[in-house]
Amino acid sequence: MNLDSKIPGGPMAQKWDRRRAEIRLVNPANKRKFEVIVVGSGLAGASAAATLGELGYRVKCFCFQDSARRAHSIAAQGGINAAKNYPNDGDSVQRLFYDTIKGGDFRAREANVHRLAEVSVNIIDQCVAQGVPFGREYGGLLANRSFGGAQVSRTFYARGATGQQLLLGAYQALSRQVGLGRVQMFARTEMLEIVVVNGHAKGVVVRDLVTGKITSHAADAVVLGTGGYGNAFYLSTNAQGCNATAVWRAWKKGAAFANPCFTQIHPTCIPVSGEHQSKLTLMSESLRNDGRCWAPKAKGDRRPPREIPEAERDYYLERMYPSYGNLAPRDIASRAAKRICDEGRGVGPGGRGVYLDFSDALARLGEATVRERYGNLFDMYHEITAEDACETPMRIYPAIHYVMGGLWVDYDLMSTLPGLFVIGEANFSDHGANRLGASALMQGLADGYFILPYTVGDYLATAKVKRPSADAAEFKQAEEEVHARVKRLLGVNGKRTVSEFHRRLGKILWENCGMARNAAGLRKALQEIPALREEFWKDVKAPGKNEELNQALECAGRVADFLELGELICRDALARDESCGCHFREEHQMEDGECRRDDANFAHVAAWEFQGEDRPPVRHAEPLVYEETHLATRSYK
Amino acid sequence: MNFILRIWRQKNAADEGRFIEVPARDITPEMSFLEMLDVVNDEVTKAGGDPVAFDHDCREGVCGACSLVINGEPHGPNAKATTCQTYMRSFRDGETITVEPFRARAFPVLKDLVTDRSAFDRIIQAGGFVSVNTGQAPDANTLPIGKDAAEKAFDSAACIGCGACVAACKNSSAMLFVGAKITHLGLLPQGQPERDRRALAMVAQMDAEKFGNCTNQYECQAVCPKEITVANIAQMNRDYLVASLKKLFAG
Repeated sequence: MNLDSKIPGGPMAQKWDRRRAEIRLVNPANKRKFEVIVVGSGLAGASAAATLGELGYRVKCFCFQDSARRAHSIAAQGGINAAKNYPNDGDSVQRLFYDTIKGGDFRAREANVHRLAEVSVNIIDQCVAQGVPFGREYGGLLANRSFGGAQVSRTFYARGATGQQLLLGAYQALSRQVGLGRVQMFARTEMLEIVVVNGHAKGVVVRDLVTGKITSHAADAVVLGTGGYGNAFYLSTNAQGCNATAVWRAWKKGAAFANPCFTQIHPTCIPVSGEHQSKLTLMSESLRNDGRCWAPKAKGDRRPPREIPEAERDYYLERMYPSYGNLAPRDIASRAAKRICDEGRGVGPGGRGVYLDFSDALARLGEATVRERYGNLFDMYHEITAEDACETPMRIYPAIHYVMGGLWVDYDLMSTLPGLFVIGEANFSDHGANRLGASALMQGLADGYFILPYTVGDYLATAKVKRPSADAAEFKQAEEEVHARVKRLLGVNGKRTVSEFHRRLGKILWENCGMARNAAGLRKALQEIPALREEFWKDVKAPGKNEELNQALECAGRVADFLELGELICRDALARDESCGCHFREEHQMEDGECRRDDANFAHVAAWEFQGEDRPPVRHAEPLVYEETHLATRSYK
Repeated sequence: MNFILRIWRQKNAADEGRFIEVPARDITPEMSFLEMLDVVNDEVTKAGGDPVAFDHDCREGVCGACSLVINGEPHGPNAKATTCQTYMRSFRDGETITVEPFRARAFPVLKDLVTDRSAFDRIIQAGGFVSVNTGQAPDANTLPIGKDAAEKAFDSAACIGCGACVAACKNSSAMLFVGAKITHLGLLPQGQPERDRRALAMVAQMDAEKFGNCTNQYECQAVCPKEITVANIAQMNRDYLVASLKKLFAG
């Protein structure tokens, strides 16, 4: 497998300019001859589809939700980073670049990250021009807040609903193109197969989720902006419909899967309350601007939090990481919370929780200011727990939130399957082994507005394989594969529901490949997952038929894919015999419990290649070359 | 806790539909309303039945996918909350709970509790945007916007497009939804150049989708999970009137 990252030569800060100057262009009259398929309508997908439409390409955009506006980017709360340096606190493109590389524990590709930092400033301009109502100061200029892993304030926000507002901006831009007839939108339509013609991705097979009709769509290029696979863990902050089906189909058609074990666990989520629970709700990292994390110093201290005197509280993040304090990066804050709970100092049901306390901020700023900053988050917390965060500290615990891993892409965001581009959370490139807060929105929009629309043009201008007809034999064959898979799912007719299997898979992954991992646990998971998968195909019950709106069938297909992907996650975690960022292998830790990286053997991207259903995948490595930064031990102390 | 669900079942758009009673057993007060439906669906599936179809996704009150009219109220009994943010502690043990889809001519039922709300998308496509291509934007701080205006714009922009306003209205009016977008963009300087044509185009599409008119009952405001107020409808009417008059005298 050829992992040519196609990083342009020259100094880091000039690489993107250089690439843009080299890119071959498609003249405006020819653009309308090309068709591009975009799967997914979140920040990455919607912004890409809108921009491609504006440029004059003919675009088809697919999403499984009933409207493009409901993609899960909508749920991002806290903010979006950009190196604007409006607060004059010393920020720059170089600093955002370095913070992101360091935050990712030196496992991201430098050139991609530098480009991300460069275009971050354009994103804010674009979104403001669209009418995104960012928070502002009284003078009318944009306001900023701080996020984890940074010592500057570079996060732009729209109360606690930044993702919603940015997505609505992209959705409106997309809607404008739909109204103009340049983008055709297919909602309630799920992509179930990538079609490869002469070695290039040239179309998709989709299922209409209302009628069950399975159809083919041909194109000159296919773009996946289908989000992450955190739902493999069952309990996560992802929406119920988030799935890995599109990337998994692509993997099986030749796109390499990079760093699948890099799964982010967010430190501040509302703890699990019972077996029935279907999802976990995030409490934005922005709360750590004013909230202080603590746990009782004594084990098993069951007193209500307000009765525990100051001297008997352990503000553990401030103690362990004095220079970043409560704004330590996510992987570090999550592990610290886990350690506290493992020591028996956790609070709430089952002892799996710590406090996030706003009493200092309330005393310093007053309730009105605190509510203005975090009002909707406090409301959400109240709805779920029936507790008021102004009266008693929040209880929080880490939960699966985001995945840094994804399909491998080169500098042009093209996968190892020519013609298949991957953007946003679905690709792997920018966050290394840990993503900093407020960087997901930045990356999704950078890819969709400012990077992919250029690079896809270069492919179209030079592609040797032209758009086939959707009646071609390759499409018929792909449709047959989809029909066969659906038939197989409906035909098992066993005794157990899809959610039972999903829950069990989630438990295996969380216990063995969650916040802490070790070789023995991963080996155990690698035996349990195939066994569970076998059971699934013998005993799952997906009722009903294909030719109808059948949500159980949709779920069954997604869980079947998670049951395969889960194994790859563990395989990757076992092969990466070091600790880095989110990937904490217990065998490799410092005396103080921090990650011990192994740069000599693992300063690379692991890219897995599918070898067929009955053979194990092969692991390839793309070495990470650090030209601009030097590999350093990450410290937030 | 145990409940009886009096729930709407409808095979597809062509089917007439009917209420069916289903028991919901061993429910805990911490379950969300949708988690309760998950439990019921698992039971139904195991018994060989067809699980109840309902729209849902983020389950944290922001995607706008979940709908449902619960005991006659869109999004259930609690103010400022969507169905997914409604917890079973809000119901009495043993209660019979009636669950129906959002009902409106413009929101046809597709199956059980799932409706087609794509009319909302078409209204946005008609004019609910600022026409700015990628790359055309000036520096973000060249255009100062007062904090109060920005906050008010956010209040309107907070709409999640769920359609509860339509479901609550006896006329199935979409004016709260349309008014919220017209107000959001109309409050900002970026929205000014297209303000008139936006109002005309969105209202025309709203009428074409067969949504009804507003008769000032304010039911929409009462059920809106994001507290969008009827002041947005007043703003829409003003913008529409101004735009219509300008068109009349210009034309």
